[in-house]
Amino acid sequence: MESIFTFDSLLFTVLVKVLVIVAFFFVAALVVGYLEHKVMGHMQDRTGPMEAGLGPVKHGVGQLVADGAKFLQKEDIIPRSADPWVFALAPGVALVPTLTILVVIPFGPGVWAENLDLGLFFALAASGVTVIGVLMAGWASANKFSLMGAIRDAAQLIAYELPLVLAGAAVALQAGTLSLVGIVERQNELLLFGAVPVWYGIPQFVGLGLFFVAAMAELNRPPFDMPIADSEIIAGHMTEYTGLRFAFFLLSEYAGMVVLSALATVLFLGGWYPWPGAELPDGPLGAVIGTVVTLAKIIILTLLMTWARATFPRLREDQLQTMAWTILIPLALAQIVVIAIVIVVLP
Amino acid sequence: MPTMPKIGLLKGLGLTLKTALTPATTQQYPHVKPDLPPRTRGVIALMEENCTVCFQCARECPDWCIYIDSHKLTVPPKEPGGRTRTRNQLDRFAIDFALCMYCGICVEVCPFDALFWSPEFEYSEYRIADLTHEKERLREWMDTVPPPPPLEVGATSPKEVEDGHKAAAKAVEEAAEAARAAAQAQQPAAPAAEGDQQQAAGAADEIDQATFDRLVAEGKSERVARAKAKAAAAKQRKQSGAQAAEPAQAEAQTAEAAGQAPAATAAPEGEAATFDQATYDRLIAEGKSERVAAAKAKAAAAKQRRQAGRDQEGEG
Repeated sequence: MESIFTFDSLLFTVLVKVLVIVAFFFVAALVVGYLEHKVMGHMQDRTGPMEAGLGPVKHGVGQLVADGAKFLQKEDIIPRSADPWVFALAPGVALVPTLTILVVIPFGPGVWAENLDLGLFFALAASGVTVIGVLMAGWASANKFSLMGAIRDAAQLIAYELPLVLAGAAVALQAGTLSLVGIVERQNELLLFGAVPVWYGIPQFVGLGLFFVAAMAELNRPPFDMPIADSEIIAGHMTEYTGLRFAFFLLSEYAGMVVLSALATVLFLGGWYPWPGAELPDGPLGAVIGTVVTLAKIIILTLLMTWARATFPRLREDQLQTMAWTILIPLALAQIVVIAIVIVVLP
Repeated sequence: MPTMPKIGLLKGLGLTLKTALTPATTQQYPHVKPDLPPRTRGVIALMEENCTVCFQCARECPDWCIYIDSHKLTVPPKEPGGRTRTRNQLDRFAIDFALCMYCGICVEVCPFDALFWSPEFEYSEYRIADLTHEKERLREWMDTVPPPPPLEVGATSPKEVEDGHKAAAKAVEEAAEAARAAAQAQQPAAPAAEGDQQQAAGAADEIDQATFDRLVAEGKSERVARAKAKAAAAKQRKQSGAQAAEPAQAEAQTAEAAGQAPAATAAPEGEAATFDQATYDRLIAEGKSERVAAAKAKAAAAKQRRQAGRDQEGEG
């Protein structure tokens, strides 16, 4: 199936795709950020933002827009001993991978920018690049807190990228393809015991849990926010950043939530299909329904991340590493072995 | 191996979920004013009339935020040949709320009920010097002081209130006695008036129950309500008495001359002599606090008495 954003002119096609992806990137980050503000507020017996609004709609719906306007006005400070070029580039390097993953994520039948044969590989590889931006920021800031935060982040990424990749690999193993679109379509054909239609989240529930936890850790989301632990190292790699560059880091966190939730949706939760074995009508209607279903699943997953953030205290650095290396990675390896055996034994 | 996560993780998730589903306790402050308890320590108000410049508040203040200035005033003797007295005149009374730590010791220590807590709290300023409230501003806070909480059932009321009640009851009793005498005096001439008068006499030490109930329901203090109800009863009696007495004008005149205080004037004797009801009502209507209104009404009554005395002297 072709992407619905394909036109006769290649230039126009590229332009439309870039615009759609960038627009989705910002809107999704704002929506998820707003939801997090409100939901976490209510979980802590507060109301969250109540004042900033868009027109007559209050309840703080414009809070993140107002925050963005505030960040724009802030002075852009580069510390004297910082490496100015690396310092200035780092937020962009941290932001762009998140943007590029969006290229391969399918939101509905035909609603994707590119259907790469190596889609899953591309997404997981790109998500690993973020840490380079973090390391650049930490090193270039010439600040011990920044450096410590960046190194913690790198260590954390190595520890949690493994379960993330292994859980994804198990899905690719079962689906027999690395294309994200292919994974969604193969997933919908899966019949458990030859009768019950299920998504990969059911047979691979361990993988789903691993992927979700590892995704939170990759994004430095609490309870895995040791690299930016404010009580120990101020804000980690973001310590020296102000204004728009700081906002970029925040943006990449929220957008990262959306992107990794979308990946989890595609890999484990049936992508754009509303229920296992469902069939969507062809044409625009199917595309709209599929997109709505995907977005709903993404929002549910981001809300789960928010829920975990509001509930659990931050893990200690050693607990963080121990958990990854002694629990998650062995589990992921064991799971991949089991899946491989099952695939071979039950064709 | 680390300890494995246990059921507590799920309990925590349950707790946050429950909290998220129950309404938040947040008060939307600038839009919704807080419902403060009546004894909230918001700001300290000064009842200037009660201050005797004894300096106890200023001395006890732990951070020395009360500034008092005064001078002595010589008061001429009340009676000719008497001794001149001195009295303190308050020139300045200021509280620096930038220093005040709201301990309330000044309010506690004031022996003359000149300082009160008010629940008002919205008086922030752009300049720290403006947080020093001079006595005029402190006096204005007085209007926001809530009335004291009602006494518990069965509690003995304060001595001054008791004394006031006794005096009022006695005055009413005397007036009733006089009225009865007056009624007997006009009995042969105006038998029709007798019933009314006796009824009025019987009701003299009573209050107008309807007025009393209404005022209590309006949230007035019992004392105020009783006073007003008495005034209302007296007014009614005055009206009925006037109607009844008209056919027997001559006898009534005699009676008034003899009794000096028939039922009609009893209540004014008891109340208005010390308390100008008109002033009081006006001030209450203006939204002043009960305490302020009562104080001003008393002052007005005293002024009227003095004025009357001077007029009599002038005539004499």
